[in-house]
Amino acid sequence: MAVDGGPELVQLLTPEGVLVEHPDFALALDDDEWRTRYEHLVMVRRLDAEATALQRHGELGLWAPCQGQEAAQVGAALAMRPTERIFPTYREHGMAYVRGVDPVTLLGLFRGTTLGGWDPAEHGFNLYTIVIGDQTLHAVGYAMGAQRDGAAEGVLVCFGDGASSQGDVAEAFVYAAVNDAPVVFFCQNNQWAISEPLERQTRIPLFKRAAGYGFPGVRVDGNDVLAVQAVVTAALERARAGRGPTLVEAFTYRMGAHTTSDDPTRYRTTAEGEAWRLKDPIERVRAHIVRSGIADAAWLGEVEQRAEALGEHMRSACRAMPDPAPASMFEHVYADAHPVIDRERQWLVTYLAGFTDAPTAGAGAGVG
Amino acid sequence: MAVLTMAKAINTGLAVAMREDPKVLVMGEDVGRLGGVFRVTDGLQAEFGEERVIDTPLAESGIIGTAVGLAMRGYAPVCEIQFDGFIFPAFDQITTQVARLHLRSDGALCMRVVIRVPSGGGIGAVEHHSESPEAYFAHTPGLRIVTPSNPVDAFTMIRQAVAHPDPVLFLEPKRRYWEKAEVDVTAALPPSIDLFRARVVRRGSDATLLCWGPMVRTCLEAAQADTRDLEVVDARSLAPLDLATIVESVARTGRLVVVHEAPVTGGLGAEIAAAVTEACFYQLEAPVLRVGGFSVPYPPARLEDIYLPDLDRVLEAVDRAMAY
Ligand SMILES: Cc1ncc(C[n+]2csc(CCOP(=O)(O)OP(=O)(O)O)c2C)c(N)n1
Ligand SMILES: [Mg+2]
Repeated sequence: MAVDGGPELVQLLTPEGVLVEHPDFALALDDDEWRTRYEHLVMVRRLDAEATALQRHGELGLWAPCQGQEAAQVGAALAMRPTERIFPTYREHGMAYVRGVDPVTLLGLFRGTTLGGWDPAEHGFNLYTIVIGDQTLHAVGYAMGAQRDGAAEGVLVCFGDGASSQGDVAEAFVYAAVNDAPVVFFCQNNQWAISEPLERQTRIPLFKRAAGYGFPGVRVDGNDVLAVQAVVTAALERARAGRGPTLVEAFTYRMGAHTTSDDPTRYRTTAEGEAWRLKDPIERVRAHIVRSGIADAAWLGEVEQRAEALGEHMRSACRAMPDPAPASMFEHVYADAHPVIDRERQWLVTYLAGFTDAPTAGAGAGVG
Repeated sequence: MAVLTMAKAINTGLAVAMREDPKVLVMGEDVGRLGGVFRVTDGLQAEFGEERVIDTPLAESGIIGTAVGLAMRGYAPVCEIQFDGFIFPAFDQITTQVARLHLRSDGALCMRVVIRVPSGGGIGAVEHHSESPEAYFAHTPGLRIVTPSNPVDAFTMIRQAVAHPDPVLFLEPKRRYWEKAEVDVTAALPPSIDLFRARVVRRGSDATLLCWGPMVRTCLEAAQADTRDLEVVDARSLAPLDLATIVESVARTGRLVVVHEAPVTGGLGAEIAAAVTEACFYQLEAPVLRVGGFSVPYPPARLEDIYLPDLDRVLEAVDRAMAY
């Protein structure tokens, strides 16, 4: 059971909330910055819990919870400049939050009203990618573009411990290495790929794989928002300076189920969950800011209220989210007019119009 | 006799096949400890051990590529691709290796590989979990493709597929996984040729509905709801197609509507229409019509009821066929 990240783990804030030094990485935050981080973490956990509840109430078809990975996601996103592009998997709700994607927008894909939901350029946040590993190559290509534009710009791509086995990910490592692409491979090792533990994917720590491809790899405490930001910042600086890719393995834990369809009691012990609960990414920040007087009970209460308000916003907005119009499935399949699309759209519209009881005939809302 | 869901019927068929032949292996993502995301391999690792029921790394090309090597070594791997939309990383191994090695070795190498794929839509899933990719593979010489529509067939067909010396793509209509039927789990295995036979599941005289997998139930419901006398044929095998059974039916009814979930454009319905037109040109009272998914990527779940052929869409096509 993997709980301990070993001696190479970069940590700047212990699970007890104590700041510690590291020879290679440092990051000093002022009080405001600490409070921002804490608030982000609390909001993301709330967002995640709310979405999970919405799925239980039948409002979403599925949800992939990020509980336990909030610090990895918030820390990495905060290390980036707003203009730098993030390539997420399907679990990066924390990064989406930091990038200003409305949590309600995130729900569309899981409710089944859209296959995407947002404009990647607007938030510097690419669309979620469900096919494991595909986005790693996209990120490398995007970084190669930035390189050709002469932009001192880093790119960050997320993937999981399971994804590390995919051929596309190996190809992405190769392409990034030989091109010195300004990309940070951000692997959230949450110890599980659905029911398969890390041992089913690798026999060496994931960060060490980078050496075989010829670029540095770092293992960071993924539950330490400060260390993640410090390590990803360093990797991005390296990228921006034209010195190529870095693999950052954020050592963390998927506290919840793989998705709301999953039952983790079938394959992992509660003891493991308990051990990781002691390393909770939010508790340690709270301990630090309370102990050092950065936050008092009143302020913590305000954050709780804001989290509650976010939950309420998500609940009401999700329930109000309309079903897409049937003919919308023909939109944007192609950039230009297409005769098959036109013909089939016309057929569907006419066909649906033939039902007097349109909605019960499977036409859904917004027909016509 | 036992009342089994389709998922349990396949599970039981796999267990029987593994007991009968120690060379049979099961491999895929989450198939071991978890028993698969649909529990189709539930209990197999407990019974047969980790050597025979392998939780593979998360890499589909790896699953199929290593299955090729295992087959070369005399094993009979039954690979699970977790969802239809995730078969594509393995597309190369399936189409350039699995499908061709028997030919290239002049018959010296048998690719006794089964590739199980939960397929099709209708379960409200997110993207890539509702695809019907059969046409890509039916287009590839060297592969056989079968798909059961009910628990009884599922129990028999999975065993026949495992026993077959050729590679078999085994498409499992995931939205029918939980439908139940009485299955005789002691039944002897019918000859392998039966695996590739279509079946008339409802006799009728006005028109033939040809369908498979998830659409068989839809077509049966359509036939039952309609006043016309509709015949329903379950294709069961998509490669090869049992044209004899299909043509015999169409020759009697004079009309054919092919129903599948996959997009109509470039779908198997087109292949069937061409073959049937050639064989039954003088018996046809109407052109062969197709009902299928629209020519768009599978839509978000809230639109899938509109995208997927249903009773009304099937009968609308029957109306058109009858009007000729
Ligand atoms: C190519 C592909 N194969 C299989 C799946 C099904 N699947 C979805 S998530 C997952 C496990 C992913 O594990 P990991 O990469 O560790 O990411 P995590 O879910 O733990 O965040 C699998 C097998 C998929 N989405 N894509
Ligand atoms: Mg994982």
